[in-house]
Amino acid sequence: MIRSDIQLDAKGLACPMPIVRTKKAMNDVAEGQVLEVQATDKGSTADLAAWAKTVGHQYIGTHEEGDVLYHYIRKCSQETNAAADKSFEQVISNEEITSRDGLILDVREAAEFAFGHVPGAKSIPLGELDGRLSELDKDQEIYVICRTGTRSDMAAHLLAENGFKKVYNVLPGMNNWNGELSKDF
Amino acid sequence: MTVKKITAAQVARKVIEHKELFILDVRNNDAFEDWKIEGHNFEYLNIPYFELLDGVEDILEKIPTDKEVLVVCAKEGSSLMVAEMLSDAGLDVSYLEGGMKSWSMYLEPIKVGDLTNGGELYQFVRLGKGCLSYMAISEGEAAIIDAVRFTDVFTNFAKEKGVEIKHVFDTHLHADHISGGREIAAQTGAAYYLPPKDAEEVVFEYKPLTDGLTITLGSSNIEVGALYSPGHTIGSTSFVIDSKYLLTGDILFIDSIGRPDLAGLAEDWVGDLRDTLYSRYRELAESLIVLPAHFMVIEELNEDGTVAKHLGELFAENHGLNIEDEAEFRKTVTDNLPPQPNAYQQIRQVNMGKMTPDHEELIEMEIGPNRCAVR
Repeated sequence: MIRSDIQLDAKGLACPMPIVRTKKAMNDVAEGQVLEVQATDKGSTADLAAWAKTVGHQYIGTHEEGDVLYHYIRKCSQETNAAADKSFEQVISNEEITSRDGLILDVREAAEFAFGHVPGAKSIPLGELDGRLSELDKDQEIYVICRTGTRSDMAAHLLAENGFKKVYNVLPGMNNWNGELSKDF
Repeated sequence: MTVKKITAAQVARKVIEHKELFILDVRNNDAFEDWKIEGHNFEYLNIPYFELLDGVEDILEKIPTDKEVLVVCAKEGSSLMVAEMLSDAGLDVSYLEGGMKSWSMYLEPIKVGDLTNGGELYQFVRLGKGCLSYMAISEGEAAIIDAVRFTDVFTNFAKEKGVEIKHVFDTHLHADHISGGREIAAQTGAAYYLPPKDAEEVVFEYKPLTDGLTITLGSSNIEVGALYSPGHTIGSTSFVIDSKYLLTGDILFIDSIGRPDLAGLAEDWVGDLRDTLYSRYRELAESLIVLPAHFMVIEELNEDGTVAKHLGELFAENHGLNIEDEAEFRKTVTDNLPPQPNAYQQIRQVNMGKMTPDHEELIEMEIGPNRCAVR
């Protein structure tokens, strides 16, 4: 099971209905949250990915189980897509973290993590970080990573404000990750 | 305005008769770029249906009002939705029944010519996929070559013509489409022939199609003779029918030649391909009419919709037959090959009888263009 915020059952529906329903369901999804679309129409994979691209949402991926396709889409608006200013000072490159000791903290949503993360990384979505600080070690190096560096920037600030000293924002982030990837299914 | 439904057969007539048509293809861009309905006088606009969910106002001015407009999608649903929206906006439009799926499956039988003593040769043109199948008829008997999987088209056609299907051949083990040969043979009691060198892994009984094999049709003894012509596959075999027609399978096309890599052995078979095209075929009469198992582009169709040309003309015009330098030939047919056909490995497994997918899976495997050639 891949975690998502809202689920849509579009099983048994033929094109164009899976996309029509997805578009409607997206209205109830909050910015940054993940919608799971369950569909059986094979063409829905390519169409959902292309549709998400045209409207600016992030198509995370599709996982097939039996006859059912599970599509994951993260809601993004224009603002989140624009490269926001990153202000956390301690940064580190994608390449550098692989050779270092410490914790790679992935603050993307659970579904994004499931479809591909740095091997050994720990997943705490940004929205849950505040409540899960106790899981982290203040003396350990923490390399915070997300898709483009924006969420990890916010997470790094949050950690620093809570007394974490050895925090780095990893840039440019998973979007440009060329190294090994682990998947959760 | 009402929305009209157009069938694949009606679109096929428009292609063959060089009619004008404006196609609004509402599939996603990748699908459209990969494969579309080709026509000599067709115009296209590709806007994915999911960009039109909020309305069609933005595209109205791009759609002509003085031309027939056909909305096309993968299976029908989205084209119907968009056609209705356009109709509500006051336009007169049609949609394609069954979408590209039905286009991919449609076969148009066209008579290629007469055989001795009243016999006939038909070409079954699968416009959406570029596959060509053949039926030779003489005095109550028929032979079928390279049948595609829509077996009832052939069996019904034979019934209409009042002939009994006696022989069913595949020129080679196909990799781009699923053969209907074995099933037709099973349904009609005809013999099914395959080249043994292509059939080493098949899991069913067949008759060996070997060099020099001849069968005769009817009491006029119309001769269908096999000519071993390897290169696309190691078993590829051509046919000469009634000393007039040369069925080349996937070895020689009108404007291209076969590719040697679909069974994974481009390097091994390139020499065979060269021999077939530059030696074996050279010994044949130039007046033979070449009938290939595929066409790649709509320009290869003749005025009557058939795909056929004299061997002599191909020797003069087909680039693949005019590469004098052997090294350059080798390079042409092994380097920079076009992408391989969709699911070609699975299709080979199906044609060997090793996989028996259900109906929907078969359709899925055959989606897209055939890509069997090198230009």
